Amino acid sequence: MQTWCLVSISVLLGVAVRWGVSLNSYSGAGKPPMFGDYEAQRHWQEVTYNLPVQEWYFNTTDNDLNYWGLDYPPLTAYHSWICAYIAKIINPEWVELHKSRGYESPAHKLFMRTTVLVADLLIYIPAVILYCFCLTEGSSGKKVSTLLCFLLYPGLILIDYGHFQYNAASLGFALWGVVALGLGWDVSGSMAFALALNYKQMELYHALPFFCYLLGKCLKMGLLGRGLFLLVKISATVLVTFGLCWLPFLSDPSQGLQVVRRIFPVARGLFEDKVANAWCSLNILIKIRSILPSDAQLYLSFACTLLAVLPSSVKLLMKPTFWHFKLALVNSSLAFFLFSYQVHEKSILLAALPVCFQLDEIPLVSIWFLQTTTFSMLPLFLKDGLLVPYAVTSLAFLYFSIYLLSALDHCSEDELRLGAYRKLLFFLPKMDLVWITKWKFYISIAAMVGLSIASVAVLPPPHLPDLFPVLVSTTSFLHFLGTFVFFNIVLFSGPPDRKSQKKTN
Amino acid sequence: LIVSKTSVLSWSSAAFLLSFMNKQHRSTDFEVHRNWLAITHSLPVSRWYYENTSEWTLDYPPLFAWFELGLSQAARRFDSDMLLVHNLNYASPPTVLFQRLSVIFTDGVFIYAVRECCRCVREKKGSRDVLSRPSFILSVLLLWNFGLLIVDHIHFQYNGFLFGFLMLSVAKHLQSQHLQGALLFAVLLNLKHIYLYVAPAYGVYLLRSYCFTQDNKDGSLRWRSFSPLRLLALGGLVLSVCAVSFGPFILMGQLPQVLSRLFPFRRGLCHAYWAPNVWALYNLLDKGVATLGVRLKLLQEAELPRASMTGGLVQESQHAALPSVSPAVTLLCTLLSILPALASIWRRPRGARGFLRCLLICALGSFLFGWHVHEKAVLLAILPLSFLAVESREDAGIFLVLATTGHYSLFPLLFTPAELLIKASLMLMFTVFSFSALRNGRGPLLRPLEVVYLLGLVAVAIGCEVVFPLSPWQQRLPFLPLLVTSVYCAAGVCYSFLRLYASQRSDAHTWNPTRSLQTHTHTHTGIPSYPR
Repeated sequence: MQTWCLVSISVLLGVAVRWGVSLNSYSGAGKPPMFGDYEAQRHWQEVTYNLPVQEWYFNTTDNDLNYWGLDYPPLTAYHSWICAYIAKIINPEWVELHKSRGYESPAHKLFMRTTVLVADLLIYIPAVILYCFCLTEGSSGKKVSTLLCFLLYPGLILIDYGHFQYNAASLGFALWGVVALGLGWDVSGSMAFALALNYKQMELYHALPFFCYLLGKCLKMGLLGRGLFLLVKISATVLVTFGLCWLPFLSDPSQGLQVVRRIFPVARGLFEDKVANAWCSLNILIKIRSILPSDAQLYLSFACTLLAVLPSSVKLLMKPTFWHFKLALVNSSLAFFLFSYQVHEKSILLAALPVCFQLDEIPLVSIWFLQTTTFSMLPLFLKDGLLVPYAVTSLAFLYFSIYLLSALDHCSEDELRLGAYRKLLFFLPKMDLVWITKWKFYISIAAMVGLSIASVAVLPPPHLPDLFPVLVSTTSFLHFLGTFVFFNIVLFSGPPDRKSQKKTN
Repeated sequence: LIVSKTSVLSWSSAAFLLSFMNKQHRSTDFEVHRNWLAITHSLPVSRWYYENTSEWTLDYPPLFAWFELGLSQAARRFDSDMLLVHNLNYASPPTVLFQRLSVIFTDGVFIYAVRECCRCVREKKGSRDVLSRPSFILSVLLLWNFGLLIVDHIHFQYNGFLFGFLMLSVAKHLQSQHLQGALLFAVLLNLKHIYLYVAPAYGVYLLRSYCFTQDNKDGSLRWRSFSPLRLLALGGLVLSVCAVSFGPFILMGQLPQVLSRLFPFRRGLCHAYWAPNVWALYNLLDKGVATLGVRLKLLQEAELPRASMTGGLVQESQHAALPSVSPAVTLLCTLLSILPALASIWRRPRGARGFLRCLLICALGSFLFGWHVHEKAVLLAILPLSFLAVESREDAGIFLVLATTGHYSLFPLLFTPAELLIKASLMLMFTVFSFSALRNGRGPLLRPLEVVYLLGLVAVAIGCEVVFPLSPWQQRLPFLPLLVTSVYCAAGVCYSFLRLYASQRSDAHTWNPTRSLQTHTHTHTGIPSYPR
């Protein structure tokens, strides 16, 4: 069978699954007065369409920032504005100022879901195809398998098409950045990443590896020769991209400042709800938020994040290869997720994207991690009524990825990158690390299944109403921490030896 | 059997996906089967075929009613309220869950049948790649069949379960286990009588190849080899199955009532949405002649019967200009259309594959000429044809035309705008796979005209699904897309029928009786080519 047929079948399967999920409920469906993210996005369309640019980020009589005020960077606002124009053509009621608040109808849902799919089809999916075909190794069959698993990753599908967000756009831009860097187009790569940053400020999780990789590359080329030229080109591109995106807000300094204040809401606290990061998990033992003043919390989280990111960034700066870059992306985004300030459970998608890059090289750990990320958002899915899509897409993803990438067959110590662990654990008696890893995988999957069933079927004891969400987030946190350590060790033990890899194959 | 394991598992994930993702679609068949569960569970057997609280009365043969009774035992544990006869249109979440799960689990029969079919496929030598192995292609063509997936798992019916019996019976014939094949088919007939369509092929084939044990050297019938014992065994088997199924009703003297439920001739010639068959073309012709007649003042507009075929909503309808068609006429046409094929396998049976071809002709013939045919019945031809398609390139060409048009004609089953993308992507997936897998890197399978016709299908699809809903005609002619779809697809189905006949004729000419003997012994000594 020709490769293009397999590719189109994979993409069609991806689209069918996405659309299948999108027929389900969304966040805040029929829950006045605040509704959920779906209403937030609709509200942004209403605001951007009806108000002049200068008022978008300001609290005015027509723009109540307490009701889903715009708190994403300008590119999101422009996207909403374009969608609003189309909405206006189809049905003006959808974006009517004030009156459309809380508007819900099957036709409107169809429209909103379509906008997500369009963004996905235009930005994310082409980048995934390009990535799998240009930047992974192996036969075309293996590339297609990787592509299919990449496209079927349930977390992103469930958040974008179930819960309702446009993560595929921001992640898609970042992915274009990665693809461009991988192909050696540094300038267009940095432009794509600047667009990602301007779509969602959370893309800062990926910023450090991009910065270190490009800077490291310039340093390597010699800061006095071609390196300087490249550096200037890249910085100019980034500045121009940012300038264009922020153009309407540059006229008045107060405008720009207000946007920044909206984008980084420091006042919202160290964490909200139950997030699988260090602070929330620590909160079970120590109530940090009541011990430390909020300033100290901010500095503490900043320091921890910096400390966690530093090793991989320095390593990347010294060795700016694409292999190191991909791993540094994992480490940096995980470090931000685990330790930074005001993290949402959905931000784990930012760590999931770079782990998808590892699907072809270290399948077992990647699948394991990706499954955990989906699991960590379980309380959110339950709130949105997405239990069935969660269960079905997770099972499908596990089955397809383990089978197609033969994750459980190809796991020698080399392929699992456990060599460094062996050295670290020299003081222990000789153990079969592969066997242990596999069993850890089985047990953790069983635990996830068990907790998922328990969350749905078992009533928590009355004095511990949040028992299951806390258990879910703590379990996920332990997994994330383990993965964070693992990928740091992999990064520091260097790329696998080509010769030994060929031998095992 | 890694190959079939792969596709089974991926099938099951697909089935789960479809069943559960699609909360929107709740067809009338949902209520039909719920009502049958209720009838069989809460009423005595004697009331089953008299009950008419719901308009969806029990109109499948008794064995299916027993099957529903079995299901209802499990249904009780999900939600016993669905088993109340007067609880019309009841669809609580546990009910939906149970119904969806029952389809998925009973599809186990189909999966087993696919496995058996894959064992009978002639493997090509030297194809090491899994993706190009005929048995793998066949398993995907059957398990991922677009029509079966949407009809069973989105629309809701138990076709997978029923086709399981049919394919298993075909596989048994391919393995020369004729008695088992006959038994399975008898069971199938008593589950759903639509399979009477293909019964003539079974009758002739079994009589000819099983009851007569030897052929002359030129392949013609040797009368003296008739074995009464075999006929007795066969007849006893079939009659006993029917006795189990219909016996209680015959004893209660309800047979006429049961039969009147099974064959409701009061329904119209065509279903609300015309199946893509000859009568769709006939209706169109009638419409055309009537319009032309009015234009040329040959016909008086006032004299034309009201509510003719435009709507498709009207169940009983009369033709305006052409003579109206009665059930007897359709029966006659059907018989005439399949007679040459039956005669051909009577003269020279050409093994189980010849039988399969004749079965296909019977299925398509009755689809094209039958009374009140549903569009879903086209699956009866598409599924068995998959088997021939993976073995011969000529059949692959027929399959591509028939499957694509037949599947497209199922599009109106899912009619909400939200479902458009699901049906389109699934259909494209199946079509892309079948084209590329059957072609297998060699020359084109289709003739230029066929390619043009199939490309026209794309235009029809875009026109009906995208352009038309946005156009001003939507208000005036709401049924135009349905009409265009059935008429356009009818052309493709008719064409495939003719090509099947042509392939049977060429088969008859090139058939070599000694080869049949070889394959015969081959299948006896062991199943020829096991997929790994």
